[in-house]
Amino acid sequence: MTADADTLRIAAPAQAGASGRPRRKEGRRRWRGVALGLAGPVAAAAGWELAVRAGLSDGRLVPPPSRIAETFADLAATGELARHTVATVLRVAAGFGLGALAGTLMGAIAGHSGLARSLVDPTLQALRAIPSIAWVPLFILWLGIFEASKVALIAVGVFFPVYLGVMGAILSVDRKIVEVGRIFRLSGPAMVRRILLPAVLPGYVVSLRAGLGLGWMFVVAAEFMGASEGLGYLLVDGQQLGKPAEIVAAIVAFAVIGKTTDWLLVAATAPFLRWEDVVAQGETG
Amino acid sequence: MLILKDLGKTYVNGVRALDAVSLDVPPGEIVAVVGGSGCGKSTLLRLVSGLDRPTDGGVVLDGDEITAPHERIGMVFQEPRLLPWLTVAGNVGFGLAALAAGERDRRVAAQLARVGLADKAAVWPRELSGGQAQRVALARALVTRPEVLLLDEPFSALDAFTRADLQDHLLDLWHDAEPTLVVVTHDVDEAIALADRIVVMRPRPGRIAAEIAVDLPRPRDRDSAVWDAVKRQVLAALNGAREGRPTATAEAAAAWW
Repeated sequence: MTADADTLRIAAPAQAGASGRPRRKEGRRRWRGVALGLAGPVAAAAGWELAVRAGLSDGRLVPPPSRIAETFADLAATGELARHTVATVLRVAAGFGLGALAGTLMGAIAGHSGLARSLVDPTLQALRAIPSIAWVPLFILWLGIFEASKVALIAVGVFFPVYLGVMGAILSVDRKIVEVGRIFRLSGPAMVRRILLPAVLPGYVVSLRAGLGLGWMFVVAAEFMGASEGLGYLLVDGQQLGKPAEIVAAIVAFAVIGKTTDWLLVAATAPFLRWEDVVAQGETG
Repeated sequence: MLILKDLGKTYVNGVRALDAVSLDVPPGEIVAVVGGSGCGKSTLLRLVSGLDRPTDGGVVLDGDEITAPHERIGMVFQEPRLLPWLTVAGNVGFGLAALAAGERDRRVAAQLARVGLADKAAVWPRELSGGQAQRVALARALVTRPEVLLLDEPFSALDAFTRADLQDHLLDLWHDAEPTLVVVTHDVDEAIALADRIVVMRPRPGRIAAEIAVDLPRPRDRDSAVWDAVKRQVLAALNGAREGRPTATAEAAAAWW
């Protein structure tokens, strides 16, 4: 994953203050890293393209990049790509929203109260041990084969990392920092707003990103279990009709959209986390 | 006037940390509390700050019984405890949330200038040195203009040069409003450098073993004979407190410490 590069991007504005030169140097190093990382895949793709053009393979089962791009363009031109993408994004959005909301609430309650933690945490940990796909038959029986069961499955996938992240972040808030709040006589709500929320935010963002990643994983599983639209449907459709280019195009779409939503999440929270570039400094050093 | 009356603290695990400590501190006095580890110095400060409640006795500031942190009592901890998500200026202004933004900014800027860190206002805490961070912590406590400032081994984590520098700086800052200072320290020289009165504590349970007045004009000369005499007196009291019996010789005590 490219999580490291994102952390660097957050860090850059804060570090720019000292002087321009280290930043430029750091930027160059980053681009060099990106270039090196891309070298392998690009070379493989170009090699395969040339091999197919030279007639060394018909590229039927492993389509060359040009044929994937063509399929992509066709799907986009007919509006199919947009239709399937929107269906999938809406499912992930609904599942992520519900799962993150439930995970945040339960995590906050379990992190805040030892009694609540003793009551719910063992049960949730036991449920977490169940492979989430195992819920699918039950969800279909309970919620039917349409949207509700798919959204529920995604929500389950998102719930656990968010729950664990929020609870852990609250439990690890430094008691010494809380005492600073007490010395300045912060009221309960002020303590939450001025001390607890900022202290918890970095861990919360990490857990949301983990949840979002699982959401994208589970939407594929959800769409495999019988959908008439969505990028997961494109995958199944491509397999059943023997169109590998369509499958790869859908995979590429998943990668691009998944990465984009993760980046949006990071960008939305970056202004609140400018102070926290400890990891980035370790990374560049 | 800050009054500690028969202050006692037994922790839930049954440990008696503090027993029958009584102390009157008039406004503007600088009191140093010295003693080895486990003699209840920090417990004492936490009770005065209102962070913890005593099991016996009480703390009264100008007629107000202290049962929770009080607006006229400030505290500086051993670690700076700056909030990492706020800039230096944000940290200094943390206790001034009730003020209008303009007034707050003005007071923060003035206080930062006063501790010599005007150029660090927009910097994140992690970019500060240990000494600078502790200056910010001092500024954060002083900007609310407390009548009593409690300092719990405030300079013990710093190197010797920075420590001496900050001791002088603290005295300089004290002149601005002359708050009452209660400084907990295990450094006898620090106590002599700062205090009008040194309270020596003895352990198990924490009690006051001796009170020694420091009648030295400021600025104090660390190489003077009077300094040495006070130091011997404090060390003798500490040694007696440690052994739980009358002291041997002051020289022996000095050598031990």
